Order: sequence, then C-alpha cells, then structure tokens
Amino acid sequence: MSDVMTMPSAQVSSRAPNTPIMPLAVRDLTLRFSETTVLDGLNLDLGPTGCTMIMGPNGAGKSLLLKLLHGLMQPSAGRIDWSGCTPAQVTARQALVFQKPVLLRRSVAANLDFVLKARGKSKARRDPLLEHIGLAHKADQPARLLSGGEAQRLALARALATDPDILFLDEPTASLDPASVLAIEKIVADAQAGGVRIIFVTHDVGQARRLADDVVFLHRGRVAEHSPAVNFFPEPQSDAARDYLNGRIVV
Amino acid sequence: MQSIGDSLDLAFALVLSGDADLLEIVLLSLRVSLTATLIACLIGLPIGAFVAIGRFRGRNAVLIVMNALMGLPPVVVGLLVYLHFSRSGPLGFLGLLYTPTAMIVAQTILIAPIIAALSRQVLEDLHVEYAEQFRSLCLTRLQTVQALLWDARYSLLTVGLAGFGRAVAEVGAVIVVGGNIDHLTRVMTTAIALETSKGDLALALALGIILLVIALGVNAAVQSVRMSAARHAYV
Repeated sequence: MSDVMTMPSAQVSSRAPNTPIMPLAVRDLTLRFSETTVLDGLNLDLGPTGCTMIMGPNGAGKSLLLKLLHGLMQPSAGRIDWSGCTPAQVTARQALVFQKPVLLRRSVAANLDFVLKARGKSKARRDPLLEHIGLAHKADQPARLLSGGEAQRLALARALATDPDILFLDEPTASLDPASVLAIEKIVADAQAGGVRIIFVTHDVGQARRLADDVVFLHRGRVAEHSPAVNFFPEPQSDAARDYLNGRIVV
Repeated sequence: MQSIGDSLDLAFALVLSGDADLLEIVLLSLRVSLTATLIACLIGLPIGAFVAIGRFRGRNAVLIVMNALMGLPPVVVGLLVYLHFSRSGPLGFLGLLYTPTAMIVAQTILIAPIIAALSRQVLEDLHVEYAEQFRSLCLTRLQTVQALLWDARYSLLTVGLAGFGRAVAEVGAVIVVGGNIDHLTRVMTTAIALETSKGDLALALALGIILLVIALGVNAAVQSVRMSAARHAYV
C-alpha cells in the first residue's frame, strides 16, 4: 500500500464552484415497507464540513438513510432539505460508494474513463486518479479480477472522479483486511482535506474513532444520539450507543 | 435408401472438389443470414435494451408480444414479405421479389424479435446489478443503454448466435420470397429441400452435413470468444 497516495488531493479534486448544498436538514423522515417502518420520524442536522460517521446496529436504517439523502429512494413521509434543494436535485453533486462495489465488465482504466466521459470530465484525470489509489500498475487489468480492497479503491476513485460535494460511503471497508482499510481511509481523509463533505456508515468503532468529526447513532429508525466524536466515544449519552460501544448486543 | 456413410463420403467429396456451385450456395447462405442477423441486431438490441430498463404502462403486454413473436412461423413471414414485394404489393415497385435482398428482409423480420426478446432478458438481469450505481452516477437513459449493451457484449454474442442459427436453418421464408433460383437465390436449405424432392437424398444429406458443420464452426468461434472473455471476468 506504499504506493497509495502519492499525489496531493488538490490535483485529484477539481471541483467547480457552485452554490453550497450544505447544511442539511432532515425532518420527520419516515420510510415504510408495507407493515415495516424502517425510519420512524428521523430528524437530523448536518453542518457544512467534516466527516460524519453514521453508526448503529443492523437494521437501524443507516444504508437506507444514505440512499434517501442521495435521492435514490423516496421517503414515505418527511423532508430532506439540502439548503433549499431536494435530494433528486443534488444527486449529481454527490457520490455514493456502496458496500459491495459494482464495477463494470471492463478494465480498471475503462471503469474510470466511463465515468469521466459520462460526466463530461477530462480523460486526462484518469491516470492521476489511478496513481492516487495505487492502481496505476493495474490500469489494463480487468476490474472484476481485482481484490476486494482494490475494487473498493477503484469504486472510491470513480466516485471522486465526479468531483462530488458530498461523498457517501456505505460500509466501504466491511470485510477488508487492515491494510486495505487504512488505504481506503487515507483516500477518504484526503478527499475531506480537499473539501469534500464525508458521510460515512460504519460498524467499525476503531474506524469511526479515526475518522469522525461527529457521530450519528441510529437506533430503531431514529437518531438516538448525534454528538461530536470527542464526546461520543468517551461519554455516549444514549443507552443504545453506550451498549453498542461496550460490545453489548443492541437490537 | 442411401446410408449416412454414403452421404458423409459425398459431403467430403463435394467439399474437397471445390465445387463452384456448392461454394456459391454456401456463400449466399452465409451472406443472407449474416446480413439478416446484423440488421436484426441493429433493430432488436436497442429495443431489447429500452424495454429492459424501461418501466412504462403496458410493458407486460410488450413483453408478451415480444416473446410471442419469437415463434413467428417462417412461411407466414415469407408470405407477408411476398405480398409486400409482389408486383401488386405496396413495395412491388422496388422489384425485390426473388432476390437475396427479399430473403434478407424476411429473415430479419423472423429473427429481430428473437434478438429483442433474448437481449431484453440478458440486459434486464445486468441492469438489476448496475441500476443503483448508474442512478447514483446520474446517467442518462441513453448512457445506461450504451453501457449495458457494451458490458453484456459477450452474452449478446450468444443472442446473436441464436438469431443466426434460426436464420441459416430456416427454409420456409426464403423459399417463398427467394424462389430457390439457381445462381441467384439458392441457399443451403432450399437446395436441400430441392434435392430431397428430386429424390437425391444423398446429396441432400451431404448438403445438410455441410450446413451443420458451418453452424458448428460459427458456434465454436463464438464460444471461444466467450471463453476468452470469461477469463477476464467480462461475461
């Protein structure tokens, strides 16, 4: 992983000036599937900068919350306000990295070329991005033969190629080895340093401690706690978060 | 009745003799069926792709019609094309009846629904995998279709092969619109039908064996391309 991150993030990110879409205000957000309520009147406010980690037990609604914020799903009720815009209006200014990367049946380089072309970006950015994620030497290899960590780095590079204002990450390091986890975290941290707002779902408490500026803890479809990371980890305020951090089963 | 062994001998003898008439028939068969397959792909693949990703009122009815059209009877297609291209038909002024072009048109009509219906299934399965990522990337419908067609290219080769197989093997449509005219519209299947009706079963069977070998060769070529693609995880 020593070849990861050899170029400054400023060269990777060439964000066009645009009206800000942060802060974010979520009000009474509800998502139901027939009789099951997944998100239950969720309220959340996020500031313009930093890295927000969304944590909580399985089934708390973390991934669905990301998809709603990104405009990939419609809520059953409630409002998501990206500084006056709906999620659908700002999807193009955001990027989402899924837990399981969906890579095209093409070479590594062609996966990036595809996004750069689709979004009207210069193809010249491909090689710096590949250098950035440490995959320049695999540019011509089939993307779907990459290891899990490499595939996720490529998915991350593809997301960054769109120059997002907001980068959503949905457990991107689940089931990766420690070296791959650190490589991903380094790329994310650099993106954040380059001005990208990070909203990151994770189950990994260590990862949350390393990256988080603030933590949103979801429990049973609601925000059980939203605190600065410096307060959350030593002194969680909610019983659910306290139990979660102490390794007790939270359902 | 002549044995299959005699027919095999005859088939080899025909091929080895480099018979010009045989070569002409084989080349016309390939020309007509490959051209029809190509045109049917140009028509069927975009239709299959747009139906695969589209969610519109009446979609189920479209799927039923597409699937039903896969079973179009070749003779009926031939008859319809005949009626249009005959002197008194609406396209009679083109003078295409009993030409290879009319045979290509008939075979295209016959296999375009097969290409559309089978590619729809292939592309819909792939779209399930890609849909959320593509929506996240804000791709247009056209970009989505282009990406699906490209990424499914090796699976779509098999779809094209199914269309080619249907085209090269059918006799009903081409004999109606082509007329089986020697040196003009005689292809493998119509020649086999003719030799059978003349009672020269050995020659008919020999032609059949050559047709089978051609079909086998095309299949083997496509399969080798697919296997190569599979090694690169492109399938």
